[in-house]
Amino acid sequence: MRAIKKSSALSRLVNSNAASAIRRSSTATPVAKPLTSVLIANRGEIALRVGRTASEYGIRTTTLYTDPDSRSQHALSSPYAINLGDPTAYLDGDRIIEVAKREGCEGIHPGYGFLSENPTFARKCTEAGLTFIGPPWQAIEAMGSKSQSKDIMTAAGVPCIPGYHGSNQDPEYLKNEAANIGYPVLLKAVKGGGGKGMRIVSTPDEFMDQLASAKSEARNSFGDDVMLVEKYITTPRHIEVQVFADKHGNCVALGERDCSIQRRHQKILEESPAPHLKEEIRQDLWEKARAAALAVKYEGAGTVEFIFDNDTGDFFFMEMNTRLQVEHPVTEMVTGEDLVRWQLIVAEGGKLPLTQEEIEQRISERGAAIEARIYAENPDMNFIPDSGPLFHVRTPIPTSTVRVDSGFIAGDEVSSHYDPMIAKLIVRGPTRQAALQKLRAALEEYEIAGPITNIEFLKKICVSPDFVAGDVETGYIEKHRSELFVREELKPEVLSQAAIGLLLQESAKIQRDPFTSSSGTIVGFGAGYQQREFQLVELPADGKGKSTSSTIRIRQTSPQKFDISINDTEYLNVTSTLDASNTITSFYPHTRLSTTFIRDESRLILFQQGKQYRLQLAVPNWVEKALGIKDVTNSVLAPMPCKVLRVEVQEGDEVKKDQPLVVIESMKMETVIRSPHDGVISRVVHGKGDLCKAGTALVEFAEEKE
Amino acid sequence: MASTIPSREFLALFRHSFRSTARRRPYYIQPRQCLRSVATHTHSQHAEAISILPTAVDTSSAEFKENKRQMDELMTKITGLHKKIALGGSEKAREKHVKRGKMLPRDRVTALIDPGTSFLELSQMAAYELYPGEDVPAGGIITGIGTVEGVSCMIVANDSTVKGGTYYPITVKKHLRAQAIAQENRLPCIYLVDSGGANLPHQADVFPDREHFGRIFYNQARMSSMGIPQISVVMGPCTAGGAYVPSMSDESIIVAEQGHIFLAGPPLVKAATGEIVSAEDLGGGKLHSEISGVTDYLAVDDAHALVLARRSISNLNWSRGRDSLQVAKPPAYKEPLYDPSELAGIVGTNLRRQLPAHEVIARIVDGSVFAEFKPTYGSTLVTGFAHIYGHRVGIIANNGILFSESSLKGAHFIQLCAKRHIPLVFLQNISGFMVGADAEKGGIAKNGAKLVTAVSCAEVPKFTVVFGASAGAGNYGMCGRAYSPRFLWTWPNARTSVMGPEQLSSVMEAVGKSADPSLKARIERESEATFGSARLWDDGIIPPDHTRRVLGMGLQAACGGQTQEKETTWGVFRM
Repeated sequence: MRAIKKSSALSRLVNSNAASAIRRSSTATPVAKPLTSVLIANRGEIALRVGRTASEYGIRTTTLYTDPDSRSQHALSSPYAINLGDPTAYLDGDRIIEVAKREGCEGIHPGYGFLSENPTFARKCTEAGLTFIGPPWQAIEAMGSKSQSKDIMTAAGVPCIPGYHGSNQDPEYLKNEAANIGYPVLLKAVKGGGGKGMRIVSTPDEFMDQLASAKSEARNSFGDDVMLVEKYITTPRHIEVQVFADKHGNCVALGERDCSIQRRHQKILEESPAPHLKEEIRQDLWEKARAAALAVKYEGAGTVEFIFDNDTGDFFFMEMNTRLQVEHPVTEMVTGEDLVRWQLIVAEGGKLPLTQEEIEQRISERGAAIEARIYAENPDMNFIPDSGPLFHVRTPIPTSTVRVDSGFIAGDEVSSHYDPMIAKLIVRGPTRQAALQKLRAALEEYEIAGPITNIEFLKKICVSPDFVAGDVETGYIEKHRSELFVREELKPEVLSQAAIGLLLQESAKIQRDPFTSSSGTIVGFGAGYQQREFQLVELPADGKGKSTSSTIRIRQTSPQKFDISINDTEYLNVTSTLDASNTITSFYPHTRLSTTFIRDESRLILFQQGKQYRLQLAVPNWVEKALGIKDVTNSVLAPMPCKVLRVEVQEGDEVKKDQPLVVIESMKMETVIRSPHDGVISRVVHGKGDLCKAGTALVEFAEEKE
Repeated sequence: MASTIPSREFLALFRHSFRSTARRRPYYIQPRQCLRSVATHTHSQHAEAISILPTAVDTSSAEFKENKRQMDELMTKITGLHKKIALGGSEKAREKHVKRGKMLPRDRVTALIDPGTSFLELSQMAAYELYPGEDVPAGGIITGIGTVEGVSCMIVANDSTVKGGTYYPITVKKHLRAQAIAQENRLPCIYLVDSGGANLPHQADVFPDREHFGRIFYNQARMSSMGIPQISVVMGPCTAGGAYVPSMSDESIIVAEQGHIFLAGPPLVKAATGEIVSAEDLGGGKLHSEISGVTDYLAVDDAHALVLARRSISNLNWSRGRDSLQVAKPPAYKEPLYDPSELAGIVGTNLRRQLPAHEVIARIVDGSVFAEFKPTYGSTLVTGFAHIYGHRVGIIANNGILFSESSLKGAHFIQLCAKRHIPLVFLQNISGFMVGADAEKGGIAKNGAKLVTAVSCAEVPKFTVVFGASAGAGNYGMCGRAYSPRFLWTWPNARTSVMGPEQLSSVMEAVGKSADPSLKARIERESEATFGSARLWDDGIIPPDHTRRVLGMGLQAACGGQTQEKETTWGVFRM
C-alpha cells in the first residue's frame, strides 16, 4: 500500500513534469502545419546540423550535393540525396524548389550563406507552396539593403552609424561625403556581407583606389557595386544579439555574442556573454535588437549586429542577418536550447518555447560559451584559404560542454569551390575564464593534417593576455600581430620524433623476408652501418624569409631502439614504435613522447604535446639536376588553386617590389599577388579567367643580367 | 603410467616452455577398434619440455667471473681493432674523399641497404698485419650481405681511401670470396666500384693465376649465366682490368664527373699513342651513358647512384614464384631462454678446459629447444635438431675429442639432414680425432673418414662456427674452410693450427729437428683468430653473443632468396 502510495507520489511528480512539458509545447500549439519532410538547401556542417535536429523530431530530410561534394558528409547523411551537378548549383533557387516539390518536401531549410538571405528565393518557395524555414521574404528584402534597413531602424529608434547610404555613386561625391563624415571611413557594398566589398579608408588620398577595389569585389561577389560610406570606429567591437520571433508577435533576445576577434573582416572567435559589458547596456542592446526585429515583422531566427564603440560605450546598428548564423551554437550553449528546433516550431506556426525571463534565467545559470571556427587557411599568409584532402582528423571528445560541429571527417577533401571552414568547436564553462581554458585544452586535442589550418593560431589567441582579460576589439589580431605571429623554435625532440617516424615508416614499407626478423640489430663487431642522416626543413609559414634546415642522425641499434643526434643534442637508447594510428610512442632517457606522425608526400605534420608542427623533407642535392627541375625563382607562382581575375602588368613592364601583378580569386576571396622584387616582366603566363593550380607560374621575370 | 604431482622445480622448468601451442586436430576416440581402449595423452606442454636444454651455469662463480674477465679483455681488444678498421684509410685520405662530394664506402653501403635492416659485414680483419709496413684496413674492400629492396644482396665496395682502392692479393681474395658466397647462395651482386685497379708492386700475386684478378670477371660472367644479377655502380676510377667490372655487369650506373671507365688512363694513352685526352672525355659518365653505352644510367652523385641501384634491384623480379603466404606469415620463434651474453663467462679464453657444448647451443637456438639425436652414444659429439629464427637446422657440436662412435654418429646425423634438406651448423671446438693403439684398432681412420665423406658430400647449406680449438683432422671432420661451408666464423678465443704449439715443438724434436726457440711463439701467434681472419681463413671474427644473429643472417642468405635444393650423392663410405 505504502509502496503504491510512494509510486503514485512519484508518478504525480513525473506527471506534473510531463504536464508542464505538455503545457509548454501546448503553448507552441496549435501547430498549423507540422512539417514531415524538409529539404536542406545547403552543405557542410550546417546541413548536418539541421539534419540532426530534423531527424531527432522524425522529420525526413533530403540533402543536396554537387559534383565536388558527392562524397561529402552532408551528402551521405541522408538516404535522400539529390545531385545538382555543377559546383555553383547550391545557388540555383529554381532548381532547388523544383527538387523539393518533386521529392515531396514540405519545407526548405536554407542554412546560412547561399540562398538563406535571398528574398526572391524565399518568395518563390512560398509561392510554390513550400515552407521557407526563415523569415518572411519581405523582412529579408528590407534588411538585405543596407540603406533601406538603416531607414527602417532609424524610424524604429535603433541608433545607426553616421554615413551616406544614397544612390549617388559618383566617386567624387562619395569622397565628399566621406569628408563630411570624417575619416577614417568605411566603404561597404550595399548588397554586401561577410566582409566582401568592404574597405577601410584612413586618408582622402587612398579613397579612390580603395573604392575601385571594393566595387570590383562587390561586382564579382554580388553582381552589384553600389557602395555606401560610413563612419569608421577606431576601437570597435562587434556585438550581436540573437533574436527569435514567432508568427504570433512574440520576440525574444537570446543573449548577445561578442564576435570581435576577426580576420579579413570575418569572425573566428565568438563568445557569449560579451565581456566587460555593463548590464544596462546589455539590456539596451537586447531591447533595440527586439525593436529592430519587430520593425520588419520578423519571424524565426535572426541576428542584429551592432558596432560597439569601446571608448564611448555607444553602439550602432550595422545590419540584421536574417538567417541562422554560423555562431548560433554559442547561444545554444548558454541557453541550453536547440535553435534549429525553434526554427521548425516557428515555421510550423508554433509559439516560442521560452519567455524573455526564462531565457535570462537560463543564461545566468549556464555561464559562458565560446566558439572557435576551424578554417583551412594560413594565418601567416594573411589567412589565405587552403584546400585539399584531410589525411588525419582527431577531434576533442564531445561532452555536454564541448561540442564539435564538423562537416568533414578524415579522408574528405576541403574543396576550393566552397568556404574553407572545416568545423566549429564550441565549449562552455561556468565563467568566461573557465570556458577559455577549456577551449585551449580542446584545441590542443584537435588534430587536423592536410590543409593548413588556423588551429595553432587560435591556441595563441586563447592565451593572449589581452584576450584573456576580455579586452577585445575587431582590430585585435592586427594590433597584437607581434605577439600572435611569433615563430617558435623547434624543439630537438620534435625533429627526433619526425626522423624516427620517417625511418619506421620506411622500414615498414619493405616487404620482408621471414628471416629478417632479427634485422635492424647490430651484427658482428663494429657499430654496424646504421647511422643515417635525415634532413628536415621548416618552411617559413608566411612563405617568405628563410627556411631552417635541421640534420638528424639516427643509428638503429635494434628493431625498435635508436641513438639519435641533432646538432649537440644526443638521445641514446630511445625505444620507439609506430602504430597503425600513426602514433609514434618513444621512450627517451628523459621523457616519454607520443606524437601523431602524418606524411603527405614530402610534407610532414606532427602533433606533439598539444602542438602542430609542419616540416618538409629536404630535397636531396641531386634531385634538382637529375630531374631537370628549373629554378623557379624567376616566376611568381599561384599560392593556391585559383582563377585569375585580372593581370595588372604586361610583358616588358618594369615593376617595383610589392607592386600588384595579378589579382586572383580563390574560395571567393580576392587576393592580390604582388611582386616579390624589382624587375622586368618577361612573360604573363596566365591571363584573365584562367584557372590555375597551386604552384602554377603566373608571371615570369626576365633573368637579371649580371 | 601414473602421473606424478610435479615438484616446484619441475614446474619452474615448464615456465620456459612454449605457452602457445599449435592447434591439434580434434582427437577422435574410436571405441572397440583396438585392444587398448585408450591412449595415454601427453600434453604438448610436456612433450615439448623434453627438448628444453637446462643450464648449469652459475654466473656468480669465481670461474665464470674469471672467464668473463679474460674474454671481455680480448673482446675489448678486438672491438678496438674493428673500430679502427671501420674508419677506412687515413684521416687525410678520407677528408679528401669527402671533399670531392663522395660518400665514404661504409656510408654508401648504409645508403644502399634498406633502412631498419642489418648489414652482415664479412672479414673486416682482412690484411691485418699481413703486409709488413703497410696498413690496408679491411683489405681495402668492404664485402657483406645486406637487404636492398627486400632482396638479400652481396655488396662489394672498394674503399678508395685505402691505397686508392687498389687490389692487393688479399683484396682479390676477399672479392673472390664474396663472389663465391654470392654464387653458392644465389645472392645478387652489387659492386660499388672505386678502385685504381691492381696494386702494381704486388702484380705478380694479383694478376695471372687462377684465383687472381681475372677470376672476378669470369665469376661475373658465370653468375650472370646462372641468373644471379650483377649490378655495378661506378663511383670512382675503373681502369684497365677494372673496366670490366661495369662492362661485365647486367646493369651499370655511373656517377657523373666521378666515375671513369677506360682500359688505359690519359697518361698511358698519351704514352702509347700520343693522344691527349681528359679523363672525362676518355671515360666519363656522360661519354659512357650517351655515346659508348658502357653504362646504362648516369647519376648526379653518390646518393643518386645508390637510389638508381636500389631501383635496379627492385626490378630484378627476384622473389617470383615464392609463396606469398610464406612472406606474409612471420615465423614464430622464441629467443633463447638464457642470455647469450653469458657465453663469454662460459667459454673464457682458456682452451685447455672442456667447453660445455650444450650451454653454447642453449644460447644460440630458439627457445633453447634442442632435440638431441643419440644423446647417450658417442657423447663427445653433440648432434640434434633445433631452430634459429624459426629456421630448422641440424647442429653438430664438439663436446670433446672425436672417437669412432662420435664420428659414426656424426656421419649418421649428416645423412639424416642431407636426406631431409636441413641446413647444418657445425660448432667447432676440436683438438682432433682420438689417437693411440685402441683407437687405431677401432678403425678411427676409416670412421673419421666416414665423417669427412659425409661432411664433404652433404648437399645442404653448411655453416661453421669455431668457438674454441680447430686442430688437426678435426678441422676437416667438422667442416673446416676446405669443406666449403657457406660461411665460417670464428670467435675471438678460437685457435686454428695443425696442433698446439707445445705438441708441435715436441713432435719437431722427436723427428730430430732442433726446435727453433721462436717457433713456439710463432705458432702461438699464427693460431690466433686475428691471424687466420687476416688471411681469410674465415668470413670474420664474431662476438660470441652475436652467434645467433650471425647464423640467422647466414641462414637468410642461404635459404631466403632463390634457393635450389639438391639431392646428395654419397661417396663410398669405408665400412
